[in-house]
Amino acid sequence: MEYFVQLFLGGLTRGSIYALIALGYTMVYGIVELINFAHGEIYMIGAFTALIIASVLGLYGFSEISIIILASIIAIIYSSAYGYTVEKIAYKPLRHAPRLSPLISAIGMSIFLQNYVLLAQTSDFLPFPSLIPEFEFMNPYSHIFSSAELVIFCTTAVAMTLLTIIIKFTKVGIAMRATAQDRTMAMLSGVNVNKIISTTFVIGSSLAAVGGLLIASHIGQINFYIGFIVGIKAFTAAVLGGIGSIPGAVLGGFILGWTESFATGYISSDYEDVFAFALLVLILIFRPAGIMGKSRVQKV
Amino acid sequence: MNKILETINLTMDFGGLRAIDGLDLHVNEGEIVALIGPNGAGKTTFFNCITGISPPTKGEIFLTTRRKDRDKIDGLKPNYITKKGMARTFQNIRLFPNMTALENIMVGQHCRTSSRLIGAIFRNAFTVNEEKLVVENSFHILNRFGLGPYTNEYAKNLPYGAQKRLEIARAMATRPFLLLLDEPAAGLNNRETAELNVMIKSIRDEDKVSILLIEHDMKLVMSISDRIVVLNYGRKIADASPEDIKSDPAVITAYLGEEFVA
Amino acid sequence: MIKFEEIKKSLFVSLWFMFLTFPIMVIHVNPIDKIVNWRWDNLLFVGCGSFILSFFWRYFINRKKSGLRQSSPVISPLSNIMARLRNDPKLFRTLIAVLAFIAVAFPFTFSTYQVTIMTTVLLYIMLGLGLNIVVGLAGLLDLGYVAFYAVGAYSYALLNYHFGLSFWIALPVGAILGAFFGILLGFPVLRLRGDYLAIVTLGFGEIIRLILENWNDFSFGPSGISNISRPSLFGIEFSLKSSSIFLYFIIIILVLLTIFVVNRLQHSRIGRAWVALREDEIACQAMGIDKVKTKLAAFALGATWAGMAGVIFAAKTTFINPASFTFHESALILSIVVLGGMGSIPGVILGALILILMPEYLRAFSDYRMLLFGAIMVLMMVFRPQGIISDVRRTYELDNKGASG
Ligand SMILES: Nc1ncnc2c1ncn2[C@@H]1O[C@H](COP(=O)(O)OP(=O)(O)OP(=O)(O)O)[C@@H](O)[C@H]1O
Ligand SMILES: [Mg+2]
Repeated sequence: MEYFVQLFLGGLTRGSIYALIALGYTMVYGIVELINFAHGEIYMIGAFTALIIASVLGLYGFSEISIIILASIIAIIYSSAYGYTVEKIAYKPLRHAPRLSPLISAIGMSIFLQNYVLLAQTSDFLPFPSLIPEFEFMNPYSHIFSSAELVIFCTTAVAMTLLTIIIKFTKVGIAMRATAQDRTMAMLSGVNVNKIISTTFVIGSSLAAVGGLLIASHIGQINFYIGFIVGIKAFTAAVLGGIGSIPGAVLGGFILGWTESFATGYISSDYEDVFAFALLVLILIFRPAGIMGKSRVQKV
Repeated sequence: MNKILETINLTMDFGGLRAIDGLDLHVNEGEIVALIGPNGAGKTTFFNCITGISPPTKGEIFLTTRRKDRDKIDGLKPNYITKKGMARTFQNIRLFPNMTALENIMVGQHCRTSSRLIGAIFRNAFTVNEEKLVVENSFHILNRFGLGPYTNEYAKNLPYGAQKRLEIARAMATRPFLLLLDEPAAGLNNRETAELNVMIKSIRDEDKVSILLIEHDMKLVMSISDRIVVLNYGRKIADASPEDIKSDPAVITAYLGEEFVA
Repeated sequence: MIKFEEIKKSLFVSLWFMFLTFPIMVIHVNPIDKIVNWRWDNLLFVGCGSFILSFFWRYFINRKKSGLRQSSPVISPLSNIMARLRNDPKLFRTLIAVLAFIAVAFPFTFSTYQVTIMTTVLLYIMLGLGLNIVVGLAGLLDLGYVAFYAVGAYSYALLNYHFGLSFWIALPVGAILGAFFGILLGFPVLRLRGDYLAIVTLGFGEIIRLILENWNDFSFGPSGISNISRPSLFGIEFSLKSSSIFLYFIIIILVLLTIFVVNRLQHSRIGRAWVALREDEIACQAMGIDKVKTKLAAFALGATWAGMAGVIFAAKTTFINPASFTFHESALILSIVVLGGMGSIPGVILGALILILMPEYLRAFSDYRMLLFGAIMVLMMVFRPQGIISDVRRTYELDNKGASG
């Protein structure tokens, strides 16, 4: 039973990270109908930036708490900046191109960013400092649920709440929803669509950076390739919940997290990545619109 | 008379929006029927439903083929419906832009031909023969619709009027017995509209193809149709001859508002 | 004269990129020795580079926009040459004869090393043409093409290891297995929107590799399979040199076969259905074309070709392991198709020549290979989506029923 609870909570942690990254896919997809293949790389760049900044600050003798805060903020800023730039270079010129073009451009961007980090930094795994302190009050439970897991879970919850507030109640959020529904109509009602698309990329990217920080400090190491697999998984989560749907992405993240946690815990850990993929294929076969997605009828 | 297309209680919902509401509509053999109604009345949605592009939420659709089989076609995929003999054009032109005009027509004949992968690789007698017929036939169709000069032009480079005609020609290449036209006159000038009028009649009289058309150009509608069906908010509000439609108070209300009813 | 406005814009871009690349390009931390290496020179490169590139970027974007407005087709010199070749059968035949002569003479004039490189190029031409059916003609983005390549390679390696099966039997077996996996994967996914295919194939590629790496009893894990037999001819075994020449000719023949098949398919009933599907799915279905069947045919045929190429690869290297079948391979093959020209046979051949030979002869490039592939995909899509040599549809005349193409 304890093992089960442990796996359940482990799945919850994992799932909340997938959810954070899945949100970026889902938001972008909702607005520009594009799988942003480079999203996983944005998350990887966030983790790298945090590592670099944290190491530099560490060498200059900053205190632990200031390192955590500064590194996190800078990582989020940089991820957003990259997300913004990627959109301007690889997607914006292709807004009216045939569907295949932005997809190829997206995958090209993903490959480019991976190798940019590989060449500028290193291909080795780098140890990532644990940004999360051990809480004393968690000690009695630490064998099933660590402080790190608690922090991850809470951060995710806060990030999601913030996002929901932004989307539901702010002007930008309303414009975003309008653009997602009907871009032409939104434009005619005075929404600056280019700006909204950029904003979406920026918000999605900063969530990815938060996810990147959490996962990197949880696992303890990073390299240039981490964005790739996590990218596919987060996408799976987004599809699982229903691409385009924000609560769907969160739910999908949790389901994927539990699936992986239980499958690796009870079946085999060699094929960790295979389970996620198998789930993706099953979903696509049996419920392509996802759990919370509406099956959209294409306008003709 | 013979109902070649008949829908019974056809309903289509988009989330909370009921775009078509319990629509009973039919087309008789040899008829030209116009489907009119204000913007957003659900006309295009009706086409999408009966051609299988977005299957209806509720209701039945029957098609009576030239061989007099009455087939229930709701739920079938678009390609089967086309093969049964109902072809359409689209409100926003949907040609294959990077294929030549001739190739567009050749694609139209896909469902009337049958050579396969292996045949294409080895070019057996059957395939060669079929291909030859397809090419000849395509030239014939292009010329008939006055598209001869554009034979080897990419569809995207054709002038607007020619693109509209090419779409009709492509639909005719599937050899339908019922042709659905979604706003064929939209964007055409007076001369082109007059030509279209003649063309639609000749499709009915020479090819023996019945026609259901959506159109906003009332002059064209009145002069060409045998019968007019009026939709408003997804419901049928009138179904009568052109003369009767002109004086129907429900129609005038729908188009112009309450105060215009004499 | 370059306007001051322009310079200001570029200056801004260059500042932005200096900011953007600062942590990753400039700072390099060695976590073990605890030293920070500040690489300020990189900042200078990025600054100057992006300043200059931003001029080019804007120039080409503007040219593209005005090109669209005038709707005058931008014809590249290469496409011009291709058009002339098409219209002049005599010139075309002469060119073919010259190429044939070069191809035959090549292995007898150059070293075994050069022959091996050429063999690699030919192998990628084959792979590129296979993927071209899927991506270029049918418009399906297959990012896991390498998975089918791996299926082919492992089927030969394993059949050869366990049962001593020869290359000539394995070749069709690999092709059939490739097709089988293509259908298996394609069937559920091809009903859905195109984007899903991209991500599912991407995942599938990774899964196949993971299985090959982890399932030791089946695939011998990361250490792979060695001593795979080279192809023989009527039981005659060759020396290393003549065997590589023999393989070179086998691949030449298979490439010719590929070109023959793709060329015939391209302008057939099914080929037109593929292109129509790429152009407009809904209109295509409204023309009575079965979307799923047609897509599946393209996807499976592409997989068949990859399977066949996999068998050749195993025979060529005589050693395979999962490391040969990473996503990088898929990316390389896709870049070949995208660079050369989607849907265009000469384009794909040129693409393979450029992308395989360049890193081979310009060693400096080889480190930047992947970076380059990524950049190629983005830049080609933005500026020249039809590739270097664009696909030209065949023209028909009424009098002589054949084609002038
Ligand atoms: N795919 C869709 N998803 C949601 N709503 C839709 C969809 N297609 C159509 N609608 C809605 O259904 C209603 C009917 O639209 P439809 O396109 O059938 O109108 P129409 O009669 O063809 O109008 P028009 O004359 O402007 O072409 C409209 O309110 C439209 O917004
Ligand atoms: Mg309409």
